[in-house]
Amino acid sequence: MTELFRAENLTMQFGGLTAVSGFDLSLCRGEIVGLIGPNGAGKTTVFNMIAGYYTPSEGKILFEGKVLNGKKAHEITKLGIARTFQNIRLFPDLKVIENIMLAYHCRIRSSFFGAVFHFPLYRREEEEMMRKAMLLLNEVGLAESAEEQSSSLPYGKQRKLEIARALGTGPKLLLLDEPAAGMNPSETQELLDLILRLKEDFGLTILLIEHDMKFVMRICERIKVLDYGITIAEGTPLEIQKDPKVIEAYLGEVRTC
Amino acid sequence: MDPHRKRNQALSLAAIAVVAAVLYFADSGASDYQIRILNNCAIFAALAVSYNLINGVTGQFSLGPNAFLAIGAYTSALLTMSPLEKELSFIIDPVIWPLNEIQTPFYVSLLAAGSVSALFGLLMGFPVFRVRGDYLAIVTLGFGEVVRVVANNTQSVTNGPLGLKGIEAHTDLWWTSGFALATVFFVGRLVRSSYGMALKAIRYDETAAEAIGINTFWHKMLAFIVSAFFAGIGGGLLAHLITTISPSLFTFFLTFNLLIIIVLGGLGSTTGAVLAALLVTWGGEALRFVEEPMQIGPLDIPGIPGMRMVIFSLLLVLMMIFARQGIMGTREFSWNAVFSGIRRLQRGPGKAK
Amino acid sequence: MDFSFLAQQVINGISLGGLYGLIAVGYTLVYGILRLINFAHGDIMMIGCYFAFYGIFMFSLPWWASFLLAVILTAAAGILIDIGAYRPVRNAPRISALITAIGVSFLLENLGLVLFSGRPKAFYRPEFLSEIREIAGVRILDLNIWSFVLTLVLLGVILFIIHDTRTGRAMRCIAYDMETTKLMGVDVNRIIALTFAIGSAAAAAGGIMWAMRYPQINPLMGIIPGLKAFVAAVLGGIGNVTGAMLGGLLLGIIEILLVALRPDMAGYRDAIAFAILILILLFRPTGLMGQKLPD
Repeated sequence: MTELFRAENLTMQFGGLTAVSGFDLSLCRGEIVGLIGPNGAGKTTVFNMIAGYYTPSEGKILFEGKVLNGKKAHEITKLGIARTFQNIRLFPDLKVIENIMLAYHCRIRSSFFGAVFHFPLYRREEEEMMRKAMLLLNEVGLAESAEEQSSSLPYGKQRKLEIARALGTGPKLLLLDEPAAGMNPSETQELLDLILRLKEDFGLTILLIEHDMKFVMRICERIKVLDYGITIAEGTPLEIQKDPKVIEAYLGEVRTC
Repeated sequence: MDPHRKRNQALSLAAIAVVAAVLYFADSGASDYQIRILNNCAIFAALAVSYNLINGVTGQFSLGPNAFLAIGAYTSALLTMSPLEKELSFIIDPVIWPLNEIQTPFYVSLLAAGSVSALFGLLMGFPVFRVRGDYLAIVTLGFGEVVRVVANNTQSVTNGPLGLKGIEAHTDLWWTSGFALATVFFVGRLVRSSYGMALKAIRYDETAAEAIGINTFWHKMLAFIVSAFFAGIGGGLLAHLITTISPSLFTFFLTFNLLIIIVLGGLGSTTGAVLAALLVTWGGEALRFVEEPMQIGPLDIPGIPGMRMVIFSLLLVLMMIFARQGIMGTREFSWNAVFSGIRRLQRGPGKAK
Repeated sequence: MDFSFLAQQVINGISLGGLYGLIAVGYTLVYGILRLINFAHGDIMMIGCYFAFYGIFMFSLPWWASFLLAVILTAAAGILIDIGAYRPVRNAPRISALITAIGVSFLLENLGLVLFSGRPKAFYRPEFLSEIREIAGVRILDLNIWSFVLTLVLLGVILFIIHDTRTGRAMRCIAYDMETTKLMGVDVNRIIALTFAIGSAAAAAGGIMWAMRYPQINPLMGIIPGLKAFVAAVLGGIGNVTGAMLGGLLLGIIEILLVALRPDMAGYRDAIAFAILILILLFRPTGLMGQKLPD
């Protein structure tokens, strides 16, 4: 298998606080890898560095051989890394289908001038955006809600919509930040099936943060455990479950709560 | 596709025809005062729609329209005034080259007004949007002051505090209403395109917009520049309507008026901005009585100049607290909404939700 | 150009810049906590001056009692504005709060025009402050010396409140994370109101000293110092009180020096602050003393 993504010695400091230090990660095409750890371990900070929201204080991020350090978030999205957020971040007043169409907007070739005066290229592109968005909605089972406002969708569907929107940008690597948070067991199962299906259909590589251990153990091929910004364990789900350091990190967290 | 598209287009054309007819009769029959109000309505509608693009649709708080109006007004006036007129006006310092030689047709001067204004928008947007949109308000507010300072001090370009006099009155009802129509068309189409959706996305959640690949910097810039362009043209039209301009004309008061309009219309609603522009322009005239002496029962109240502005600013604060949505919220006027409204009424108020 | 000329200009710049700094403190406190540019801040300063004016001319109070009372009343006005206008929009989108601030600013200015009339009024300056003394060839107005001393004292008091009292600790917590602070049982609304009180009091003190310099007041007097004080706050790193003061001093010195060295540019004096603002945004958006924070 070929390597798609690599992070070397990533470190993020805010003032005097080190949120993440010495983080290494290599992802092969088609893998699903989990990132777990107690609250405040620095998982989302890692996502924010990869997706271009933070510039790492140290270290290097490589995607398909290109260095991502210093690139802006939207540039990284265009290169093929899409993300979802811990607290779902849809555009509430836009329709469901508009939320998805927007994901294609970053790749249109029409200028705003063409868009205002309805040049033929823009008309074609707009139809194409609409068509692709409908296909994607079908894929995640939201086609019948296309004309609704996204804020009126129930929670579970909003999660799916956010994932579909990320897919619209045409990613090779998908970063999912706690996709199963707040879902009941049957919804979680449904989501798990959906993610696996999307991974096949779109040829995705997935890195996900999750607190639902059952979910992580079932979906991930490899897991990395962070605590206080430091990687404390790495391995297959079975290895992680038995690792004493991981158990301590989690039990320690329970005691301080 | 909308099944009523043909009907709606026909209705829109009919509405335009009705407005044109009204304007035609007003042009020949109405009093100067009425025509002035109609002109103001049209110019302010266009200005409000373009201002709403950056403040309402994109959610970036600009306080710049008065500066852009000033730039547009001076640019176009300096271009249409004849070299002789300029020589006579500039008594302290003669006007610099090439302004002392050129004279352009009105429409060229308007395009120049919009372009110069847009260029300043670009220059200001660059430092601001690179960091935080937060500072846009204070940078544009400061820019308004700077434009005033510069206009007062560059004798050989702006004629300083004396201002420009004897600008030809090119602006008539057709120019102002045509400008309003063009602005509504351009901004309306832009807002409904995927570019407009991207602007709305930036208003709701800039981080999420970045995450789906939207270059938020350039999109904010786009909205700001387009807004500045139309404000510049509006300034040019204004200059050729009132025929005399000076730095003290373009105070923050103008921007404040536009702010009231777009808040009242509903931040983000293009049709709301038009509606509110008509309401506020008319309301400003209707409210003149509060500044005149009056008698309520045994009470003699002397005229209080400035009372209208107190009322307007209080209105703005109260709207922000109690009626943030304004008249239209973020919705737009559409024939479909009108027809479904009529159907609801026909079914009787009992069944209406 | 000789040394005493330069020293004279720097001293003039410091005495002007200290006032910018004092007014900037209020901006920086409110922005640090609420991320709100309080456009009405300069107008609150104006209100403070009118309180002082009417205390002396209508109620015949001794000048010091009138000034003190004006500062207290202005603090109260700051609290009232927060409760009446800003608190109701606290959970609304940011732009609503900004529009409210503009509305309040315009309301104060126009109320001022209606109530006090637009004609400037002569402001009182105590006899003993009007003396000019000469130190090593530099002429200084006594008022400016005392103003600067008072400014430093007030800065010290404000820094003490922020760093060494429970209220101050609560302020810093809110600035860092309002929601969590609320969960910790802190009465966030009370702390924010207090912040407005402190900022407004500082503005009133700065305003009164400003008014004594010129010495006259008018309802629109707050606009320009307000704008410049905001630039001073950004220059020093917004949210940072010491930075605001340093930013104010720097801005004052630059402004005076430019006018002194290039008298032909004097007309552009009010544009300098703006040019500085643009330069900071381009080259050092966190200001001189600001630093990066996690969001």
